[in-house]
Amino acid sequence: MAETTPLLELRGITKRFGAVRALNGVDFRVMPGEVVGLVGDNGAGKSTLVKVISGIHPGDDGEYLWEGQKQSVTNPTDATHLGIATVYQDLALCDNLDVVENLYLGQEATTSGLLDEVTMEKKANDLLEELSVTTIQSVRGEVGAMSGGQRQSVAIARSLLGEPKMVILDEPTAALGVQQTAQVLALIKRLKSRGLGVIVISHNLRDVFEVVDRIWVMRLGANGGEFDVNNTSEQEVVSAITGLTGNGQRKTEGTVTQ
Amino acid sequence: MSTTATPPPTEPDATAAAATKESLPTSGKDFLNRIRTGDLGSLRVLVLLAIVWAIFQSQESRFLSSTNIVNLSLQITAVALISVGVVLVLLLGEIDLSVGAVSGLCSAIVAVLSVKHGWGPVPAILAGLAAGAAIGLFQGVIATRFGIPTFVVTLAGLLIWQGCQLKVLGETGTVNLNPGLLTDLAGKFLSDSVGWIVAIACVAFFAVVTLVGYRRRLASGLSAPPMALIVIRIAAVAIAGLLFTAVANKDRGVPVAVLILLAFVASFDFMTRRTRFGRHIYAVGGNAEAARRAGIAVFRVRVIVFTLASTMAAVGGIMAASRLLAVNQSSGGSDLLLNSIAGPVIAGTSLFGGRGNVWSALLGALVIGSISNGMDLLAYTSATKFIVTGAVLLGAVILDSLARMGRAQSGRV
Repeated sequence: MAETTPLLELRGITKRFGAVRALNGVDFRVMPGEVVGLVGDNGAGKSTLVKVISGIHPGDDGEYLWEGQKQSVTNPTDATHLGIATVYQDLALCDNLDVVENLYLGQEATTSGLLDEVTMEKKANDLLEELSVTTIQSVRGEVGAMSGGQRQSVAIARSLLGEPKMVILDEPTAALGVQQTAQVLALIKRLKSRGLGVIVISHNLRDVFEVVDRIWVMRLGANGGEFDVNNTSEQEVVSAITGLTGNGQRKTEGTVTQ
Repeated sequence: MSTTATPPPTEPDATAAAATKESLPTSGKDFLNRIRTGDLGSLRVLVLLAIVWAIFQSQESRFLSSTNIVNLSLQITAVALISVGVVLVLLLGEIDLSVGAVSGLCSAIVAVLSVKHGWGPVPAILAGLAAGAAIGLFQGVIATRFGIPTFVVTLAGLLIWQGCQLKVLGETGTVNLNPGLLTDLAGKFLSDSVGWIVAIACVAFFAVVTLVGYRRRLASGLSAPPMALIVIRIAAVAIAGLLFTAVANKDRGVPVAVLILLAFVASFDFMTRRTRFGRHIYAVGGNAEAARRAGIAVFRVRVIVFTLASTMAAVGGIMAASRLLAVNQSSGGSDLLLNSIAGPVIAGTSLFGGRGNVWSALLGALVIGSISNGMDLLAYTSATKFIVTGAVLLGAVILDSLARMGRAQSGRV
């Protein structure tokens, strides 16, 4: 895997908010078709790193490489153009609209200025089928009536409409039941099989271990360690999160902030 | 056909069926459940309307006479037109308290321009509509730009535009309209044969559009609503349209005002259901943050909706003036504002945003107008009228809230 060009590579990213250093020389890498788990304690800088990647807060220092090319990503549109889609924790769905309407919100298909419901509904059906989302019985069902797992599936499916190359999932299994968590994890595996790079931010190490290939630990705004899931244990990762050990190049000057 | 689906092919438990919009109820229990959760909002108001009509008809046999039906249709035109704009605002989860005052001010502008300044009726009407649009634009920008609740902005507007209306009318206080286009708007009737042609054309157009949409869905292999629902819908429209024409033709004929009203309602209904802008209104009303993240210009949607609402208030004001044959200091005052907001709510448009449709403007105005008209026939005082209308509104709002709770109970937010 080391021979191919990483989809995304960050080198020495630093982000300051006033006097506070939220990120301090962070390195990060995602390969095509790889699921990367981003873990760390609250305030370790996970969210800030994701915001740098998705262009919400551009980094102050460091290199942002996309498919080997140096990029300047200063706003969310830049990231979207590169092919990065972000699914936020609070999902941002309209409960009063149905699945098709939510999937195409803001990018509705039209024919001669009018909504083309038939095209949108067909594509929505195809997309959900492709992702093997079988839990949604009717794409004309209101999203507000759906379970957390179904809503998460809709949110993830929506992120795929823009044909991204990488998807960032912020706490995709938070507040989900056992069965629904399984559905979402299965969906993440299908994203991987489509060749997408996936970043999963999660507090739930069990979920992380089930679905990711590599784990990046963030600690105090810096790299806290990088682990291959096949060669590590939950114990080891927890130690890295809490700072008891670490196999990454740890920097001690990181400042805690969120 | 934006919201159509059959119940899921697997066993439809109550929640799943209730979640699927626009299907026939699968059982009596499902039916009651859907009335409760507000999925069958327009059916609920039709039942209410039938009850109101039955009560008044049993007390006063002139209530459903052809003369009174035509009167009723003329009485509700202005408030229903104002309500069309109010529905759009309610869909955003906002409120516009200035619509009554705006309708009064704009009709005053039209009257003064045409009577005192000798403008032709068309330029005068356009000036009135432009004034309405400008007011809405102003209020929308103020509310959105400074993040002030629309309740407050439009409350301030109510006072300001009322003051402007008194200024525009000047010392005389009342301006009588000259006979012509302005008075014809609410005073003309179609001849019997023209009325029939228009009615049949409208029904046929509705049937064709509905069936074409249905066929297109079937042809694409998508789930379509049951044929029975399509037939019921077309039959209901046909019966309502043809019956009204028959009744109206026994009296003075189909009023032009009713055609104007239907044209506006149908156009706005089309806009909300079939255009991207309409979809965005529902999205902003449902979850403004989600809409913003989906790339919708929430600011623009809000401002346009407020502009449209005030413009429709102007339209309603002009129709009211045409019916009264004059504009005076109390035009746009009294219970006009409250009725124009109460109507859509009674007919199932939610005060909480994101749920409802433009037809509720017409149906709500019909319910309130029927109550008011029936009480007049029975010679009740306006005191009783206010109390009854208020009670119906309160009942409707309670139903709206219960519907929300019902949705929350069945896992719907």
